[in-house]
Amino acid sequence: MRRSILPVFAHRLAILCYIVFALFPLFWLLKVSLTPNDLLYSEGVRMWPSRTTFEHYAFVLQHSAFPVFFKNSVIVSGSTAIAVTIIASLSGYALSRFTFRTKYWIVGLMLLTQMFPLVMLVAPIFKILTPLGLTNSLTGLVVVYTAFNVPFATFLMQSFFDGIPKDLEKAAMIDGATRFIAFRQIILPLTLPGIAATLGFVFTAAWSELLFALMLINGNNAATFPVGLLTFVSKFSVDFGQMMAAGVMALIPAALFFLLIQRYLVQGLTAGAVKG
Amino acid sequence: MASITIDNLAKSYGTYSVLQGVNLEIKDGEFIVLVGPSGCGKSTLLRMIAGLEEVTSGEIRIDASRVNERHPKDRDIAMVFQSYALYPHMSVARNMSYSMRLRKASKEKIEAAIAGAASKLGLEPYLERRPKALSGGQRQRVAMGRAIVRQPKAFLFDEPLSNLDARLREQMRAEIKKMHGDLKATSIYVTHDQIEAMTLADRIVAMHGGLVQQVGSPLELYDRPANLFVAGFIGSPGMNFFEGTRHSDGVRLADGTLLKVQLPPGADDEQGITVGIRPEHVELSAEGVGATVDLVEPTGFGIILHLSLNGVDLKVFTSDRAFLTPGQQVSVSFPTHHLHFFDAGGNRILR
Repeated sequence: MRRSILPVFAHRLAILCYIVFALFPLFWLLKVSLTPNDLLYSEGVRMWPSRTTFEHYAFVLQHSAFPVFFKNSVIVSGSTAIAVTIIASLSGYALSRFTFRTKYWIVGLMLLTQMFPLVMLVAPIFKILTPLGLTNSLTGLVVVYTAFNVPFATFLMQSFFDGIPKDLEKAAMIDGATRFIAFRQIILPLTLPGIAATLGFVFTAAWSELLFALMLINGNNAATFPVGLLTFVSKFSVDFGQMMAAGVMALIPAALFFLLIQRYLVQGLTAGAVKG
Repeated sequence: MASITIDNLAKSYGTYSVLQGVNLEIKDGEFIVLVGPSGCGKSTLLRMIAGLEEVTSGEIRIDASRVNERHPKDRDIAMVFQSYALYPHMSVARNMSYSMRLRKASKEKIEAAIAGAASKLGLEPYLERRPKALSGGQRQRVAMGRAIVRQPKAFLFDEPLSNLDARLREQMRAEIKKMHGDLKATSIYVTHDQIEAMTLADRIVAMHGGLVQQVGSPLELYDRPANLFVAGFIGSPGMNFFEGTRHSDGVRLADGTLLKVQLPPGADDEQGITVGIRPEHVELSAEGVGATVDLVEPTGFGIILHLSLNGVDLKVFTSDRAFLTPGQQVSVSFPTHHLHFFDAGGNRILR
């Protein structure tokens, strides 16, 4: 049977359009970061400047607080991602495997937390964190981000655990493992795609979070990268070139992170566990 | 190896009762098959013995010591699952040796155990493969290998052959039987397939509605079913049943025929009675009752005839390849020594 070329072509074209649409802002980011200041406004709208420069990158690295922001962001996002993933693995497993009396209420409460606009919570959280000395500190941010991300991550992990046959840990327990050892040695390795997805999701969420970072942190020492970007906005002008250069560099860890975990994101490790 | 005692075991989920007072005495080295339709509680019973389900009431004893509260890992049993439940991220060798590695056995011992099980099951070429690179039959062999390596007090099988195709099932059935002959291990095997039950069991436990209906050797259940359920469940094609009433000199069937049989003196006349006869015991003979052929099912080994006898359906199995077509008239007779009688409560009437 010969398939008509037209639907295939239309399909590819649609995908191409989507890719262009999705990547264009990133391209623009890169383009502006490489455009010398004197050409930024003088050349009009062009797809590529007539002359490129790395001066913005050099300035951002040498004369701004960007390295500090960057380090803070890595610490905050990394700690949040790890803490959330550990907690969500355990709670997701519990929701997936056990029935207990308060399960219904716990799930309901976790859903409830997802329904509030975050802006509403800024003031109460600030009030709670101040006496604890957690404002203006990276620890405070990690705590807040962890609290916000755990419910969603729990549901995410639960769905991955639901996909793993219960017979596997039963077999492990009969083989002589405790439930925790069965969880660690049998179930967790099979949930690696889920763990990778959760890590990636939480990492990027924390990496780009602005609202709480802005409200809870003042001063450059504990500022994360999204807050730091705002320092390129001064009273009378915006340093677009430097801001974009900082933005491009901030993309690198997120991109690297996904490069590292994408193997697990696409790999179906459970194949062959049960009859398929 | 060990003996297992089940004492008045019950299980309920909330108000829903799955098992209601099961008693069973399993001797050391015995092969017991739990058989019954789905939902009869056989798998629940097995999982309770394994420690995967909590006991509502009653007691399970392995080698005379109570194990109700014992964690599965401390019961020293092995289980083969219908889904195989192999660890997908481990090689065949590591799958089989997982229990020994958990017990921190020495490397030499582990290797010897793997080699032993692999040669018994013909798995040597596959030891380094992952389960997903194996066929269904090979996966089930690995699952059995894992059980053998464990050197348990008892083997539990939860419908291990249900996922295999017919040919492979037959082959694995023979292998399980051979393995049991070699190891002499106490085994409990759950299936809904009565052929598996008949061929494998030392004793069959027929279950229905959370209750044990009959315990006995395969032929005992076949020849002397204790009640209507067992009579109907064991045997394929299934037993024929006719409704009738009790008379002083025999049983009067619904169509008016009087069967002259000697029944032990029991309750009053006119009591409802069910008469059963296996399809292979009905004789096609020159003299007898006339019946019409409805359907002919050749099996190669013989033929199954679906007959209509005065409006009542009747199945007959004959190994004689009589050429019959639907609509034809045949006459059948019922040798009285092959008849089974059940009272109004469904229980066998002893003769």
